Amino acid sequence: MTDKTIHYPLKLEGPDVPMVRFMNVSKRYGDLVVLDRLDLDVAAGEMVTIIGPSGSGKTTVLRMIMTLEKIDEGVIYIDGEPLTHMEKNGKLVRANQAHMRKMRSKIGMCFQHFNLFPHMTALENCMEGPVQVLGISKDEARERAMELLEMVGMAEKSDQHPSRLSGGQQQRVAIARALAMRPKVMLFDEVTSALDPEVINEVTTVIRNLVDQHSLTMLMVTHQIGFAREISDRICFFFGGRIEEQGPPTDLLDEPQEDRTQQFLSAVFDAN
Amino acid sequence: MFDWQWDFTWSILPRLIEATGKTLLAAGGGYLVALVLGLILALAQRTPWKPLTLVVRELVEFIRSTPLLLQVFFIYYVGPQIGLRLSPWTAGLTAIGLHYAAYLSEVYRGGIESIGKGQWEAARAINMSTAATYRRIIIPQALPPSIAGMGNYLVGIFKDTPMLSVIGVGELMHTANTIGAENYRYLEPYTLVGLIFLAISLPAAWLVRRFEAATRRRLGLSK
Ligand SMILES: Nc1ncnc2c1ncn2[C@@H]1O[C@H](COP(=O)(O)OP(=O)(O)OP(=O)(O)O)[C@@H](O)[C@H]1O
Ligand SMILES: [Mg+2]
Repeated sequence: MTDKTIHYPLKLEGPDVPMVRFMNVSKRYGDLVVLDRLDLDVAAGEMVTIIGPSGSGKTTVLRMIMTLEKIDEGVIYIDGEPLTHMEKNGKLVRANQAHMRKMRSKIGMCFQHFNLFPHMTALENCMEGPVQVLGISKDEARERAMELLEMVGMAEKSDQHPSRLSGGQQQRVAIARALAMRPKVMLFDEVTSALDPEVINEVTTVIRNLVDQHSLTMLMVTHQIGFAREISDRICFFFGGRIEEQGPPTDLLDEPQEDRTQQFLSAVFDAN
Repeated sequence: MFDWQWDFTWSILPRLIEATGKTLLAAGGGYLVALVLGLILALAQRTPWKPLTLVVRELVEFIRSTPLLLQVFFIYYVGPQIGLRLSPWTAGLTAIGLHYAAYLSEVYRGGIESIGKGQWEAARAINMSTAATYRRIIIPQALPPSIAGMGNYLVGIFKDTPMLSVIGVGELMHTANTIGAENYRYLEPYTLVGLIFLAISLPAAWLVRRFEAATRRRLGLSK
């Protein structure tokens, strides 16, 4: 927070507080600037998709919300409250572990490589957080986990370990595991990139249903432009750690205004 | 060629069997110390507090690069000079436990480091604490790849118990020495000691392999 000209409120207030707000967020690895004073709002219940070339900072955005990366500059707010910072004596200071744990309970994330716990069955994967973190009874956690596995079409395989499941099946379990924590914000980082083409639909169908049925706020990174068009409320095109252009899918995909967006999209369409 | 006396063999067998019990006790006790202390040494090298990591790292290196025999002597004979007067058994278990803790900490470290970053991040994403992540996610997965190494050191610690004879722990080697000195006969006691070690080491190594496979299966990790 070196930039004195920016005022970071202790809390976001007003009628339409965004579920996620990036305010002037920068992230560097050594000399490499990965996010460059990024501003980004995601409204409650909104589905925002991030597209952009490799290395443009898409994953970093999600990882910072999940508190897997530290922030170098700026403030991220979740549900009106600072995530990366906390209030102390009327000022914003860096968040401590306790604050981050509290805030993290609102966020869920699915990874490109699923990252299921291999020593637990599908069901146990979905019960682990509720039992160990939320302190819910095993019976209740099991019931809820089964409902979610049902929802993602994995109830029949609930007693299987991940090594016995296909990639698409593992990713669906991973989505159920994240949902079991009842997050307000769900993050999907290229959740179909590691999958064989024929099982991609299993996973996109689940995400599509989530968009239809839930009031979740979602941020998704994907290279599947068609899928992004179909389910996003808004698409952000990232370039060099900034949002180069953003808008509703039809605007951004069909009538991109910026040269870089046009180049990126035509490269993607050529590849397909 | 050998003048093997069966009468003498039978007569010393009960004493050696009793001493076998003490050897097993020394190995078991030392191993228990090593298992717990080793985990502490391994985890201490993974705290965010760098000075601690550095000090523990050096300590482990130091222990690993000096002979066990020296450590046994040091704790038993130098200990009293700094006010640490230990019985042979306590000194022996401390020395052997500490020595093998250093080796086991490396086994644990290897096991823990073999678990990918993705597991830590998945645990973080469901908001698990660091302690819970170790207990529920990391250590259960680090265990199977560590079992082979842990088993080797169990057999190793067993084979190193004769070192404790030098400070008067009445284990197998010590008893065989005593019997030999009393009777001016060393062939039978030493041969028996060798056979006893063999009779325990081989099945132990086999059991370790079985246990490793069983653990993998139980955790659903078998390929
Ligand atoms: N831990 C790290 N250390 C150093 N550099 C990193 C680290 N993590 C990411 N980077 C760099 O930061 C930049 C942005 O990474 P990021 O993963 O956000 O890109 P991305 O847009 O998700 O790309 P991709 O489409 O390839 O997944 C990349 O140049 C990457 O090499
Ligand atoms: Mg990425």
